[in-house]
Amino acid sequence: MAETARRSDGFDVIVVGAGPAGTAAAYTLAKAGIKVALIERGVYPGAKNVMGGVMYSQPVGAIIPNFWDEAPLERHIIEQQYQILSPDSAISGKHRSTQYAVQPHNRYTVLRAKFDAWFAGQADAAGAYLLTNTVVTDPIIDNGRVIGVSTDRPDGDLYANVVIVADGVNSLIAEKLGLRPVIDTVNMALAVKEIVALPRGKIEDRFNLEGDEGATIDIYGEVARGMVATGFIYTNKDSLSVGLGVILKDLVKSGLTPYELLDGMKNHPTIKPLLAGGEPREYLAHMIPEGGYQAMPKLYSDGVLIAGDAAMMVNGFHREGSNLAMTSGKLAAETAIEAIEHKEFGARAMSAYKTKLNNSYILQDLRKYRKLPGFISSRPQIFNVYPQIINDAATEFLTVDSVPKKQKQWKIWRQIVKKRRPLRKLLRDIYEGWRAFG
Amino acid sequence: MRIEDRLFLVKFNPDKVSHLRIISPDVCEKCAHKQCVAFCPAKVYEWDESEKAITIAYEGCFECGACRIGCPDLNISWRYPRGGCGVAFRFG
Repeated sequence: MAETARRSDGFDVIVVGAGPAGTAAAYTLAKAGIKVALIERGVYPGAKNVMGGVMYSQPVGAIIPNFWDEAPLERHIIEQQYQILSPDSAISGKHRSTQYAVQPHNRYTVLRAKFDAWFAGQADAAGAYLLTNTVVTDPIIDNGRVIGVSTDRPDGDLYANVVIVADGVNSLIAEKLGLRPVIDTVNMALAVKEIVALPRGKIEDRFNLEGDEGATIDIYGEVARGMVATGFIYTNKDSLSVGLGVILKDLVKSGLTPYELLDGMKNHPTIKPLLAGGEPREYLAHMIPEGGYQAMPKLYSDGVLIAGDAAMMVNGFHREGSNLAMTSGKLAAETAIEAIEHKEFGARAMSAYKTKLNNSYILQDLRKYRKLPGFISSRPQIFNVYPQIINDAATEFLTVDSVPKKQKQWKIWRQIVKKRRPLRKLLRDIYEGWRAFG
Repeated sequence: MRIEDRLFLVKFNPDKVSHLRIISPDVCEKCAHKQCVAFCPAKVYEWDESEKAITIAYEGCFECGACRIGCPDLNISWRYPRGGCGVAFRFG
């Protein structure tokens, strides 16, 4: 064991990155009386962080009970809509429930620059040592065990018994530790987003809301232009988060720019009226680790644990990520607390983290959908042909023109199997799709 | 909306030196499609025909990391800007 790890100015735990995973870890540790440093490269926590905007309450409440009384939240979501676009049409479904209108609200839209700064402030107030403006450049390794990190500050080496790596989607630290390969572009989405300001009243009218109620729209189909991509519109108090994520491999191959894809979505005839008169306030981009279970790195090693996006913990189908990040950060902290109690920091002690993840929804859900990313990336038709089929069928069936309905049905069917997707492939898509959902 | 106008909405604290670097300019010259010019969400990369080189407007980089893995030749050296530098999202 290295002497340095026992230095009196050392920490028990160092957490790299003050996003949802890192801050959840640091807060949990600080509350347990552990000496913890929370290192953030941004000028404030949240400065580098972007998501679509839906934060799920339960995992946050498991860390900070009644957080909704204080946290900077936008709207509680009572309605979730799904739109499937063809170039000139849309078919949609939505779920709305008054059950979502009562406390505790299941989910809120948030703006991460504000939320993350607040959340990290809570960790700081609980006793974590929050160090902003600081890049962790390298792990410090002694005898195969992680004993600290180097930073870009003068004399910036810090030591601890456990390092929790929560440095986000690009996790250079997990790569440097050899726990994560350079991620393939098929397993990453690039998301771009705009904050579009609109008066509160307009948002409430357009989305059929009252007070702080909010709505989400997830958008499939034409926005993807034959690639694997989805769009979204989420309501904030006086702005909309409007964005689109596309698998990086597809985008690179397409030669298109992500912002022209975003413009394409914003100008779609069913989307445009929702945004009319809006003033863009910010433009943002971030990557999302979409590869799922099969693309996850090794989650622990001697003296180190990996949480959140750094560990590729995103459930793309359910657009969950920040909740997995928070829960994994909390579980990493609990593992570190046990390790400190037993003074055991080797891989065996750290493996308790994997057990906790296995027992939680995180690995159970990611395992359930493990085939889905591969299924989707091998079938971009899902984002292209099928939206067209569904919209064509709806238009045909709902157009009243004195053609007998039976003849219409036959025409729709012929159009599908002759033009859009041969029967054999269609059946195969359905079968493989069913399997991909576990 | 033009990308230049979009970037105007974003707050950056540029570092004094670039955190992005082309590893081998020859590779860019031979690169048929120069995909980075299109897929970078902040239009950091442009092809300068007279210099036969990619120019890097690192000051307006979102640090998303797409170029690091998206360059077909992995010809971009990528690190974070110094602590406190780079993009500072106000909304997120």
